[in-house]
Amino acid sequence: MPLLRAEDRTSWRHRTPRAQLALWFGWLMLVALTVFSWEVMTRDTIWAFVADAPRQAADIGSRMVPPRWSYLEQLWWPLWDTLNIATLGTLLAVLFAVPVAFCAARNTTPSTVLVRPVALLLIVASRSINSLIWGLLLVAIVGPGTLAGILAIALRSIGFIGKLLYEAIEEIDPAPVEAVTATGASRLQVLDYAIVPQVLPAFAGITVFRWDINIRESTVLGLVGAGGIGLKLQASLNTLAWPQVTVILLVILATVLVSEWVSAKVRHAII
Amino acid sequence: MATAVRRTWRRPPLVADRRLRWLLYGGALLYLVLATSTVEVNWARVWDGLGRGWAFVQSFFRPDFTTRGSDILQGMIESLTMTVTATVAGILVSVPIGIGAARNLAPLPIYLVCRGLIALSRALQEVIVAIFFVAMFGFGPFAGFLTLTFNTIGFLGKLLAEDIEDIDETQVEAIRSTGASWPQLVNWAVQPQVMPRLIGLSLYRLDINFRESAVIGIVGAGGIGATLETAMDRYEYDSAAAILLVIIAIVMLAEYSSSHVRKWVQ
Repeated sequence: MPLLRAEDRTSWRHRTPRAQLALWFGWLMLVALTVFSWEVMTRDTIWAFVADAPRQAADIGSRMVPPRWSYLEQLWWPLWDTLNIATLGTLLAVLFAVPVAFCAARNTTPSTVLVRPVALLLIVASRSINSLIWGLLLVAIVGPGTLAGILAIALRSIGFIGKLLYEAIEEIDPAPVEAVTATGASRLQVLDYAIVPQVLPAFAGITVFRWDINIRESTVLGLVGAGGIGLKLQASLNTLAWPQVTVILLVILATVLVSEWVSAKVRHAII
Repeated sequence: MATAVRRTWRRPPLVADRRLRWLLYGGALLYLVLATSTVEVNWARVWDGLGRGWAFVQSFFRPDFTTRGSDILQGMIESLTMTVTATVAGILVSVPIGIGAARNLAPLPIYLVCRGLIALSRALQEVIVAIFFVAMFGFGPFAGFLTLTFNTIGFLGKLLAEDIEDIDETQVEAIRSTGASWPQLVNWAVQPQVMPRLIGLSLYRLDINFRESAVIGIVGAGGIGATLETAMDRYEYDSAAAILLVIIAIVMLAEYSSSHVRKWVQ
């Protein structure tokens, strides 16, 4: 913290003049970048539509109420599908993510030169692509339906579970590993008795956390044709059946809240 | 001496109560059977698709950046500009909301309003918000910008509020004892404590916003997602692979550089 000596008194300043200048320059660049981005982005924006938005919002709002509650009975089956997409997708992801994570963790990987980079690449590729995009791809490949949704959720979750799990594996206490190794245990036995018990709580927490996110994501996967309640949403939106949209959105909201509550309870019980 | 009892050590089971354990196992098995039996799979269609899937995997080795080059470029520009503007706007809005949602700074009515806003923004997913904004503001990146801004508020607002609630109170007390007003208090006692984390979170959100900008294009909110959907609809796997590779590259770059900036800030 520099002191500024001016005339006869010394005053305290937060930063040196040079740091101050650099900071201002940084902010200036940020503002310039934002303004430039804004200009480019809104080049093709039709402002008449934007000005019209409040009226449109009021219009949609008035169409959305009252909700058509009788539509609810058509939603139980898609809702069951949605739950299955999330749960089976998470389970499938766990099957693949566990070996990938053990290959990616520095202390358990069979080879840091060959296997580890491949495992890390798998994790990054899976994580960079949103499950809706995975859904888009898989609907084109295996056809529309629940299976595409399950695979989309699984492919997205491998990276998520894999990343968090391998970080948990790298952070374990090495003492138990040494102790079990000292008894003459094989590599697999060390894994089983020294490493797995240490990461099991973290693993369960990560899985439940991802399941919660997957419930959230599987509700909209139907928008690209990958099954679940999103299919009904898409159908209702296409036919401009706004009272049905309201019911679907409320069901989605309730599902998300319940899954969040369940996952919080389970994680609380584990940790 | 009595004969020594041969004992082998067994690991304690995860669930201690035996009946509960079997109930859980049974329930899980029952669910699995029910769930897998109700998944309708058209195996003939899947079998047909395998060839297409393989063609898609192959197209990653010969991505086509040029045929749809101008579309890809336009989509990327829309996605990137949308990401930057929405992140900046989101930060600008979420800072006051985050301060308002911190119980140690805001009075109860303001606290409740801000928490309500945050809960609303977090409960609605990007895609659903995007559908509504597209219906209200028309197709294009402006609807995407609003969507990303709206969702940034919930994310940053919540984390910032929690961070403010966790600050060291002694510094607040010290500044307050100098006779500082409320804005001075926020500026000199709170802001320095939360700034590094706010910068870190903002960079993280920039990263998330870019990923999401690739998705909301599917429902018409501009960006690379629209280009990707067009490519998939036309079965142009080589172009789709090119787009995915660009997305992966940018996400990796963003993640790598943001982790460096975060280390430098903290």
